Amino acid sequence: MAGASGIGGRGDHHFDRRNLDWYIDRAVQALVFLGGISAIVFIIGIFVFITKEGMGFLLETVDFQEFFTSPYWYPSDEDAPEYGILALIAGTASVTGLAMVVAIPFSLGAAIFIAEFADGRLREWLKILVELLAAIPSVVWGFVGLTIMNPLIIDLFDVPVGLNVLNAGIILGLMAAPIMTSIAEDALKAVPDRYREAAEALGATRWQVIFRTVLPAAKNGLLGAVLLGVGRGFGETMAVLMATGHAVNLPTSVFDSVRALTATIAAELGETAVGSDHYQALFTIGIFLFLITFLINLTADLIVRGIRKS
Amino acid sequence: MVTEIPPAPSLPKGGEAPLKLEIRDLSIGYGGRTVLGGVNLGIHEHEIFGIIGPANAGKTSFLKSINRMDMFDPDMRVEGDILFNGRDVRQWRNVYALRSRIGVVFPLPVGLPMSIYDNVALSPRLKGVREKAELDVIVERCLTRAALWDEVKDRLHSLGSLLSGGQQQRLTIARALSQEPELLMLDEFSIAVDPVTTMRIEDVLKELKQEMTIILVTNLVQQARRLADRTAFFLEGACVEIADTEDLFTGRTRDSRTRDYVEGRFG
Ligand SMILES: Nc1ncnc2c1ncn2[C@@H]1O[C@H](COP(=O)(O)OP(=O)(O)OP(=O)(O)O)[C@@H](O)[C@H]1O
Ligand SMILES: [Mg+2]
Repeated sequence: MAGASGIGGRGDHHFDRRNLDWYIDRAVQALVFLGGISAIVFIIGIFVFITKEGMGFLLETVDFQEFFTSPYWYPSDEDAPEYGILALIAGTASVTGLAMVVAIPFSLGAAIFIAEFADGRLREWLKILVELLAAIPSVVWGFVGLTIMNPLIIDLFDVPVGLNVLNAGIILGLMAAPIMTSIAEDALKAVPDRYREAAEALGATRWQVIFRTVLPAAKNGLLGAVLLGVGRGFGETMAVLMATGHAVNLPTSVFDSVRALTATIAAELGETAVGSDHYQALFTIGIFLFLITFLINLTADLIVRGIRKS
Repeated sequence: MVTEIPPAPSLPKGGEAPLKLEIRDLSIGYGGRTVLGGVNLGIHEHEIFGIIGPANAGKTSFLKSINRMDMFDPDMRVEGDILFNGRDVRQWRNVYALRSRIGVVFPLPVGLPMSIYDNVALSPRLKGVREKAELDVIVERCLTRAALWDEVKDRLHSLGSLLSGGQQQRLTIARALSQEPELLMLDEFSIAVDPVTTMRIEDVLKELKQEMTIILVTNLVQQARRLADRTAFFLEGACVEIADTEDLFTGRTRDSRTRDYVEGRFG
């Protein structure tokens, strides 16, 4: 704005397109383009890197079948190291599954309350609160799991250890709930008011309007919210490392300690020799995680995008 | 564009039919600003009551106050008496029961994001009708009356919101009919509908009169002439005149502004 007026902005110099505005415009375009491109380059770069580090292992040392179906993860056994990630997958999946059981009702309830019942001040405050909750660092959640949930579970259920699927599932559920709430709330808000009014004019009660009209209309966005929560669950590391008990185990109940894929990488990578089998096995887990979270997020994104368009 | 059609026969003056709706000293405002005031009128059973008037006259606000849509809007203030079947609408403890007896058609069509069938079956389902066969009958009857059945009977289970604007408006009307309302309020229903379809819906309305009372807000004065028994003229927040439609359109108006508006010599 300010720069343009000196040279004579739009209007008086039609013949001279190359004024300051034009250069600024070009520069901004170039910057945005670079920003976009570099994001893509980084993602591809990271993927190439972890693939390169892990691929040798996958192709030569171990066969796929054993890697994915063996529950034995004993990489530091000197005589016969075993690299099976089934128990780790089970750990991640059970914790994420329980987290969703916790987070879905919480976040859906909160989103419905914020979008449909709260108004004015209350709504704004609640939204700020949700954003704040979403910003709590995961190590803090891990702390809560370790120091509050752990003794609580031991007391309540009379079990020897409180670091288990239950603990991590609840912690992860609470962690994922705010972001899920926020996306679900967006989805509910995107449902036009005329739908609500039309349903209320038919004599529908508040709940009937929500269950018969608003939720069905927002179902894609809500599904997207859940998928993002699942993605978050798979990718979360620190809190899960601290709250699961970090024991390689195929869980048979929520009171079993487990170990997550992410936590395994975080805990072990520092101790392995670069290029060793163990090192490469961890990178292979990385590839696997990358693909899964990528797929989940992509699906969620496509679904959420789908509602925006229609 | 529209050929002259003889005006609908008016009710005998004095109207011996009982009052469906009685309005006394109604005034409506939004956040301290009064947008409609001093309305007194009575609407008889089985009457089509037309409301005409330019934009901003308060017509839509008037309709909203009747089925308590003011509840959606914390700014909206309604004073005076609105007696539906002799009982003030604000004294109905169950506002949902009140609304389910009053069908509303909004100016812009609202196809709910569910199948055509579900759109029409929604209201009966809310009332507890579960039987598939019964719902089928209701859906077919309402769609037929709304002059939509033939166009959608082969795709009842596709999305209602994907129909054309004019079809969605007829779907909205079918949905309102599925309530089996005692009072049907139409707010400029033909805005998004082509003239041919408008005529078909108008024919339907003439028939529906046998079963219900209809309030027809319209900005097409000729539509009021074709359909309404009596017509009210709203202007800038006041109800200027209420008269037999026939009188209104043959120059026998009490207020010269009404005649100017009806004859298209306005502003
Ligand atoms: N929700 C609202 N909040 C505040 N003011 C409103 C609201 N709805 C309507 N109004 C005001 O009330 C007045 C009357 O509006 P209303 O919609 O009743 O007019 P109308 O006769 O239906 O007009 P039109 O023919 O354009 O539909 C207008 O001045 C409008 O600005
Ligand atoms: Mg209006």
